[in-house]
Amino acid sequence: MKILLNNRNEEFDNKSLSISELLQIKKLSFRMRIIKINGTLISKDKYDSTFIHDKDNVQVLYLMSGG
Amino acid sequence: MRLADIEKHLKKFRVGIAGAGGLGSNCAIALARAGVGTLVISDFDAVEKSNLNRQYYFSDQVGMKKTIALKENIIRIRPDISIIIHTIRLDPSNICEVFKGCNVIVEAFDSSEMKSMIIETVQSEMPSIPLVVGSGMAGWGNNELIRFRKIDDTLFVCGDETSDASDDLPLLAPRVGVVANMQANVAMEILMKLK
Repeated sequence: MKILLNNRNEEFDNKSLSISELLQIKKLSFRMRIIKINGTLISKDKYDSTFIHDKDNVQVLYLMSGG
Repeated sequence: MRLADIEKHLKKFRVGIAGAGGLGSNCAIALARAGVGTLVISDFDAVEKSNLNRQYYFSDQVGMKKTIALKENIIRIRPDISIIIHTIRLDPSNICEVFKGCNVIVEAFDSSEMKSMIIETVQSEMPSIPLVVGSGMAGWGNNELIRFRKIDDTLFVCGDETSDASDDLPLLAPRVGVVANMQANVAMEILMKLK
């Protein structure tokens, strides 16, 4: 599948991936984050059960402390 | 568009500022100067001496609630602006009530947990309201790393998205001011597109 990850094209051999699998493959380990798939915010407890498919737009936003 | 027309347009709108620290105080001042009609400012904290290295307060305001001090400072710049203050700790149960009627909300919290909390709350309970987040502004220099990212029509991020504030990477006026003013710039851009 081909997806858009933070506005960059990414290609995977898998037909679909759970959010948790994607985070593992891409080594995105920083935990303070917000994830949106096609504009929908996914809550943290749904990272295992939410799947990413071909042509999905995945946005990962890291939240740093400071303000 | 001429300055007078811009100010006349911005006067019609209301912007929510969640947190009145380094991001919130500087962003509020920029939006007030630009001519936004109403600002809704929320913070529970008082001004501390250590805040004066980056936040828009004065040394004689130490000990005052930030909401009251910031209102005082904005009124000195623009007496005709309407300022609504909420001196409370924001949480998922009061965010919608506090920012009801705002055309844009600026996230200006210090802690990443609070940033996460307001994004989840606003995006799920006020899904049509644009939210402008600040993430990554600690330290100094590295201008080239500070950026703006539109995630979608309702979520915007300003900052380098990497520098986490700590004792060894503190928050300082120049970089915090850059990100605060970027947030104000995004809020203004959103308002200028509204009818």
